[in-house]
Amino acid sequence: MKQIRYPFSEETVRSLRAGEIVQVFGRVFTGRDRLHKYLAEGGECPVSLRDGALYHCGPVVVPDGDGWRVVAAGPTTSVREEPYMAEVIARHGVRVIIGKGGMGEATQEACKRHGCVYLQAVGGAAALLAQRIRRVEAVYFVEEFGATEALWQLDVESFEAVVGIDAHGRDLFGEVRGASAAALKELM
Amino acid sequence: MDWTETLANLIHRTTSDLPADVEAVLQTAIAAEPAQSQASVLLQALSANTVLARRQETPLCQDTGTLTFFWRVPRGADTHALEASAREAVALATQKGWLRRNTIETLSGRSVDTNVTDGSPVCHFEQEATEAVEVWLLQKGGGSENMSGQFSLPDAALGAGRDLDGVRKCILQVVWRAQGFGCAPGILGVCVGADRAEGFLTAKRQLLRPLADAAAEPALAELERRVLAEANSLGIGPMGMGGKTTLLGVKIAARPRLPASYFVTVAYMCWACRRRGVRVTDGHIEWLG
Repeated sequence: MKQIRYPFSEETVRSLRAGEIVQVFGRVFTGRDRLHKYLAEGGECPVSLRDGALYHCGPVVVPDGDGWRVVAAGPTTSVREEPYMAEVIARHGVRVIIGKGGMGEATQEACKRHGCVYLQAVGGAAALLAQRIRRVEAVYFVEEFGATEALWQLDVESFEAVVGIDAHGRDLFGEVRGASAAALKELM
Repeated sequence: MDWTETLANLIHRTTSDLPADVEAVLQTAIAAEPAQSQASVLLQALSANTVLARRQETPLCQDTGTLTFFWRVPRGADTHALEASAREAVALATQKGWLRRNTIETLSGRSVDTNVTDGSPVCHFEQEATEAVEVWLLQKGGGSENMSGQFSLPDAALGAGRDLDGVRKCILQVVWRAQGFGCAPGILGVCVGADRAEGFLTAKRQLLRPLADAAAEPALAELERRVLAEANSLGIGPMGMGGKTTLLGVKIAARPRLPASYFVTVAYMCWACRRRGVRVTDGHIEWLG
């Protein structure tokens, strides 16, 4: 199993192929609907996302001493960010997207062009994935967006995911969508 | 009888302890997928997550869902007091980290950090000739809710007419459209007939049925079996990454309709079908599901 570590280099990202299972180590940022819209519309990001991983996730967090503890942290449906994702990749130099369900053509194209990959984490496996989070390093926008939509800066280890869209134009979700459309036609 | 405490315990069980029938079907699905396949690896992660969440008593999924309480109460029960207890229990469970801060004021965009406001949680009451109070909680996440759908037959684009074959086509269309977006393998609750609002409520209620259950009406039971098999032949698989396991169950009910209307309503539930109940008779508590 390939291991990738923050900061993620373009070379590392381009070496990954669709279908490969990887383990992510180091810094990962969470972001979902509010953050993507904000960033794509030109909002300032308080922390650099360059060569970073953006995880489509709204975790369950509980206050813990001076900080926070993550109780559950599975992926949310990525395709909602499709209208914004390509812009966020281009503008902020994000190298790794983590989410579930796959994305659309604009993201696939942006992955190819800028050197970025989309990783599928296991949807609903929130307890399992929360175990891979070593600590919360920081949180931004918690007042503005609320705890669920905030940008959490996490430190992870051995965070497992499957390469769903690689930087060479291959999209496993698109392949399944196409094949299942043909199968559906037979049944209609 | 401390209803707030009992309901908080119900939430804790529902959010962290996947029902045994769903877990059993997941195991069957793992056995059906080729060993080492992508589908098998993903399903095994779901299974491991289920075991871990139960052991830690933490949420199975970070999207702890719309909280819908389905109540059956004796005639004359104080539903106002029961609903107040449900609200208190939700606030308590949120504070404990059993529920995510999962409620947004739609217009302002502000987070309602207690999850309690006008319209949350949702309670449906039915009075019956019974001595016991029974309540079921369904926690349905937003990713799956976004994949639910409703059709008005006939539907020319689908080639679906006003008969059970037309219903079948609508359901398969929902499954295809959902791909992995709603956390496949999914479970479907379906209502044939009714008006639009009652259709969604009835469809959602079907998600409370045990997976081994079949519709009482033979034609619907046959349709449940057929749609399950056909959906699993589409190759969508767990998380939409391919495989034989696209659905874990299909539950269909029929309701009367107007002559002008023929609705097919499909509630798409993710694999983490969180439903648990409790029955209280004279202060005696019995856990259900």
